[in-house]
Amino acid sequence: MSDMDMNRRNFLKTSVGAAAVAIAPGMLLYSVAQGKSEGASSKVRWGMLIDTNQCKPGCNDCVTACNNENGLSGETKPTDSQWIRKIDIKDISTGREISLPMMCQHCEHPPCVDVCPTNASMKRADGIVLVDKHRCIGCRYCMMACPYKARSFVHEPLTGQNPDVPRGKGTVESCTLCVHRIDVGGKSACSEACPNKAIMFGDLNDANSEISRKVHSVASVQVRADLRLNPGVRYQGL
Amino acid sequence: MAATPTLESLHFKNRLYWLLLAAGGLVAAAGMYAVHMMESHGHIITGMNNQIVWGMPHVFAIFLIVAASGVLNVASIGSVFGKAIYKARAPLASLLSIAMLVGGLTVLMLDLGRPDRIIVAATNYNLRSVFAWNVLLYSGMVGLVVVYLWTMMERRMNPYNKIAGIGVFVWRFVLTTGTGLIFAFLTARQAYGSALLPPMFIVLSFAWGMAVFHLVQTSIYMWNEKEIDPSILSRKKHLLGVFVLGSLYMVATYYFTNAYFAHQQGFERFILLDGGIYPGLFWWGYFLLGNIVPLALLYAPGIRRDRWAALAALLIILGGFALLYVFIIGGQAWPLNMFPGYEVSSTFADGQISAYSPSIYELLFGLGGLSIAFLITTVSVRVLNFMPQDKPYIAD
Repeated sequence: MSDMDMNRRNFLKTSVGAAAVAIAPGMLLYSVAQGKSEGASSKVRWGMLIDTNQCKPGCNDCVTACNNENGLSGETKPTDSQWIRKIDIKDISTGREISLPMMCQHCEHPPCVDVCPTNASMKRADGIVLVDKHRCIGCRYCMMACPYKARSFVHEPLTGQNPDVPRGKGTVESCTLCVHRIDVGGKSACSEACPNKAIMFGDLNDANSEISRKVHSVASVQVRADLRLNPGVRYQGL
Repeated sequence: MAATPTLESLHFKNRLYWLLLAAGGLVAAAGMYAVHMMESHGHIITGMNNQIVWGMPHVFAIFLIVAASGVLNVASIGSVFGKAIYKARAPLASLLSIAMLVGGLTVLMLDLGRPDRIIVAATNYNLRSVFAWNVLLYSGMVGLVVVYLWTMMERRMNPYNKIAGIGVFVWRFVLTTGTGLIFAFLTARQAYGSALLPPMFIVLSFAWGMAVFHLVQTSIYMWNEKEIDPSILSRKKHLLGVFVLGSLYMVATYYFTNAYFAHQQGFERFILLDGGIYPGLFWWGYFLLGNIVPLALLYAPGIRRDRWAALAALLIILGGFALLYVFIIGGQAWPLNMFPGYEVSSTFADGQISAYSPSIYELLFGLGGLSIAFLITTVSVRVLNFMPQDKPYIAD
């Protein structure tokens, strides 16, 4: 074998080795960044059942928990984001008063997803309605279309964000059902924070889940059921 | 009136032209400054908020886009229906359409939360979204009207004029339907969600477009020290009057049908009777100044001068802005009806009338869009021949 052949062989070996060393960390980081390889499953439908009889007027614990979890300021100026809010309602004819939390209802047929020009508003296979912050152009059509006024627009530059919950000035945002917790086996922060256990979180598709059994045994309604959006959030005692 | 131009008068006009350009440029620059401020500070510096999500910029943008479609009526009557006096005015109508579309689209795009992501809007289409359709409809319209102008202004392209004219005629109906559908598809809001809105926007576009056309035409004739032939003026005035009556009918039908539904009566009371600025703008701004006074100026016997018709056109335009303000902002100020039969309150303005006061930045921004349309028109009219060239004998 000539010297030239040996040189060539060594050169090729070194090149392949160098290339492997160069690419490997990138591949490793890429696989770490991808996290779990499997996506959301359509066998699951995440939802919540809210018992308004247990929801105390004046209690704001679910709102505070949401703000802390998602890095929201908690201020309530018209330009501040509110992913969840407490609504007090009073029956005009009977005077009966009810307090309840309102947030994105994670509809099966979400109007926000229909109207979004860039597909930034989207519904995951497991029923969670989200905004892709990299795709949202901030046209606010989804805010016009949402029957629950569940969405907020980021009007100012943001500081001190929670790394698990990316947000961005000039984009629209709303309750994510704490998707970052769900993806590691947790549940929404509001449901955990409620002192009266008025918010039950779970899989509506699993016949054996607590929420499914409850939905089958007690009377519950969907807000604006007339629009036939089939929200994943249901209310008891309305 | 048609005096021979002297050297002095030409010098004066030359200076006036540059002065107009400078004034328009100044307003456009102020608009750019407002955009820069919105970019760096966010929408916090506007009057818009989480309740009134579309504000003053949308009033300007939608007026410009609707009028841009309607102004092409002049062209369609010429190219599609073959009327000579309209055909002579089709190039000017097309120019105005392009100018207003560009002005309106600029405002719409720069008002986005992330205008830097315009490429995202151009490359990701959700085909269920009427906004995505409109991105195609608006940009396609500009392209189609440019081709249409080409078939008129380049002699060799003249044989294609008819087909281009029909294309424009169809396209602009679809376009204004698309603009109306933006609101018609909002089923959850009481102010919108009506199938009446697309045809209403189409008829409004006829009136507003014709008014813009008439105002610009009068200015061009004045500039050239000419007067419109009285027979042509009378036909134009009559058509403008018919369009104003037609649009008033559509608006009245929309509000009447709403007032008939029990669940809409609270909203109608708010817009038409006790909603503060909104009933004021509707009745004084839109109804009286935008319809009744212009109709009187157009039809009253003895008022024949073209200046009066131009004033009528100006009032119709201002009335259009008043109606859009009531429609867009008043419609959002009224709360969503999530719990019928209940009194509702929250930290997020549920159950309350939302307040809105436009900031100076929004106003400058909207006027900036208007000035872009003005600049395109002024420069084009100066460098190309858009003066209507009527034949000595009008057959139709």
